[in-house]
Amino acid sequence: MDYLTLLQTLNACHGPSGDETDLAETIRTLAEPYADACILDTMGNLIVHKKGSGPRVMFAAHMDSIGLIVTHIDEKGYLSFGKLGGLHPENLLHTPVRFKNGRRGVVSLRGDIAWKDMTLNDLYLDIGAKDEGEARSMVEIGDTAVCDMPVYELGTRLAGPYMDNRISCAAMLEALSRIKEHTSDLYFVFTVQEELGLRGSKPATFSIDPQYGIAVDVTLADELDVKGKGSSVLGGGAAIKVMDSSVICHPEVVKILENLALESNITCQRDIIVGGGTDAGSIHVSRTGVLTGGISVPCRYMHSPVEMVEAADVSAVAKLIVAFAEKTL
Amino acid sequence: MLIDTVKTLCALPGVSSHEDAVRDYIREEIAPYAHRIRVDAMGNLIAEKKGRLPGRKTLMLAAHMDEVGLMIHTITDEGYLKFSTVGGIDRRVLIGKRVLVGSKAISGVIGLKAYHLTSAEEEKKVPKLKEFYIDIGAKDGEDAKAWVRPGDIAVFDSDVLTFGNGFLKAKAIDDRIGCAVMVELMKRDLPMDCTFVFTVQEEVGTRGAFGAAFSVKPDIALVLEGTTAADLPSMPAHQRVCAPGKGPVVPYMDGGTVYDRGLFRLLRSLAKEHEIPWQTKEYVSGGTDAGAIQRSRDGVRVAAISAAVRYLHTPSSVASIADFDHILRLAELFIAAVANMEE
Repeated sequence: MDYLTLLQTLNACHGPSGDETDLAETIRTLAEPYADACILDTMGNLIVHKKGSGPRVMFAAHMDSIGLIVTHIDEKGYLSFGKLGGLHPENLLHTPVRFKNGRRGVVSLRGDIAWKDMTLNDLYLDIGAKDEGEARSMVEIGDTAVCDMPVYELGTRLAGPYMDNRISCAAMLEALSRIKEHTSDLYFVFTVQEELGLRGSKPATFSIDPQYGIAVDVTLADELDVKGKGSSVLGGGAAIKVMDSSVICHPEVVKILENLALESNITCQRDIIVGGGTDAGSIHVSRTGVLTGGISVPCRYMHSPVEMVEAADVSAVAKLIVAFAEKTL
Repeated sequence: MLIDTVKTLCALPGVSSHEDAVRDYIREEIAPYAHRIRVDAMGNLIAEKKGRLPGRKTLMLAAHMDEVGLMIHTITDEGYLKFSTVGGIDRRVLIGKRVLVGSKAISGVIGLKAYHLTSAEEEKKVPKLKEFYIDIGAKDGEDAKAWVRPGDIAVFDSDVLTFGNGFLKAKAIDDRIGCAVMVELMKRDLPMDCTFVFTVQEEVGTRGAFGAAFSVKPDIALVLEGTTAADLPSMPAHQRVCAPGKGPVVPYMDGGTVYDRGLFRLLRSLAKEHEIPWQTKEYVSGGTDAGAIQRSRDGVRVAAISAAVRYLHTPSSVASIADFDHILRLAELFIAAVANMEE
């Protein structure tokens, strides 16, 4: 699978939390050839259905990214913004951004604030407007922006913004194209607003009412940048989730995934992270409860514009999704 | 008059989980106009009103009846009452305020260690909640226990006042303004069927709205609220959020919800088209029942219209009376627009 091209396609779409419609349309186009039906629900979740006679199995990868939302335009034409998801000022300062309508901007820091003291409130957006009037003609309060930086390859690895969670969307699309025989009734859901607190997956899970749920997401790798917070490493294969701060995966699901990896020669490792949640958190408590697990792609430099993953891990995640989808449950 | 309903409602006690007085008043006001009216297990008041047409969508309007307050947890041997807060209260506003305690509504004053005993160091800090107490003028613990029990609620004792250039000062403008607008809408001729939900326990985490939205099963929900304004001296423009007198606040996002983008644009264009002054929240803060409603069942499209309120969650919240009528008008236009919506 050419992950680079697919990531470039996905990242070219606008898709910060709460404003995912463009991205959903693109994913729908990519998924449609492999689907019996594609549904966009009320909140904007894209539900890709592959019919089967067996139990309902839901795979969920959130398609939204973290982002910025314009909150104020001042008399000089500078913009204040709020955060969509976990933005950190040190990751954002001096990055180029892009609005849905194509307008561009840069993030800068108010001059009276020292770098070590900066908070998100001290950053502002400069969209190249000469004054307030011009700024207001370019963007409106409530418009959203995303980091406008490239995805590129470094050896067998990929880096760029929004690996979280476009790389999992890529793995889901790859899996969709590879599934052959299956009895399970399969739902591949590209969820919205995960970065704001697992908001989109809640109604999606309610409407699908699955027996099994698998969240596909990136996970903190135990690397130099976040030593001691995670258990997985880049290159260690598909990370089978045991726990994050939103879920303790059902032991039965963990066992099934580990056995499948063993049988199909898929490199895998266990994923336990301290801090950070996934859609598995909202899936497992839906209705009367759902047997839930997670398959993760280890990722470095989380929520920065240079999130990094290993292509072989992504491939392993896609294979494990296929194996679970094809298993008779 | 809308303002009279707002004033009446603000004067009633209704701390989260003890909304009875507010609910009873509203129920009596709206019962003649309701097709069906019920109180659910949590205490939400749910009224269905027939419109000229049934409408293609199920539209729910929601405002919360509850307000922030205090709950007594301990009565000291000296007869003072120790308390927890119910909902988000800035401890700095508590000192010296009058409260009414328990179902007998006995008067109390919130006290703190005497100023002449306060060290320079202590003065720099906001006192901890455990340092506050309510003084009900009891002789001793025995005397106090004759009047108050642990678990009793205390509500701010604050008069309702109009002052200055069209401003209202009262406790609980958040969210009796929303309740008042809904009471007024109930009395009007509406183009489609609507379900009016007066929710409980919003201030402790939108707890009432979960069950209400689950049972009403709306396609679209409009939340009517009071929201925090910070148009104060020394506040930089980009942190002022919104301001009383500048019209209804139509939010695109707050701490709990990204509002439906289509409905946000609809409200914005309705306000512009009908020359209703409007503003949006120029800072991401707070939350409303919309968060709980949006993620109910398989998802609900949500919008909100709020009054900008200064000193929110204090005994002296302040709002602009002119804004109230604009909120009512915009809500009415919204209902009409939903009635005309295609599938």
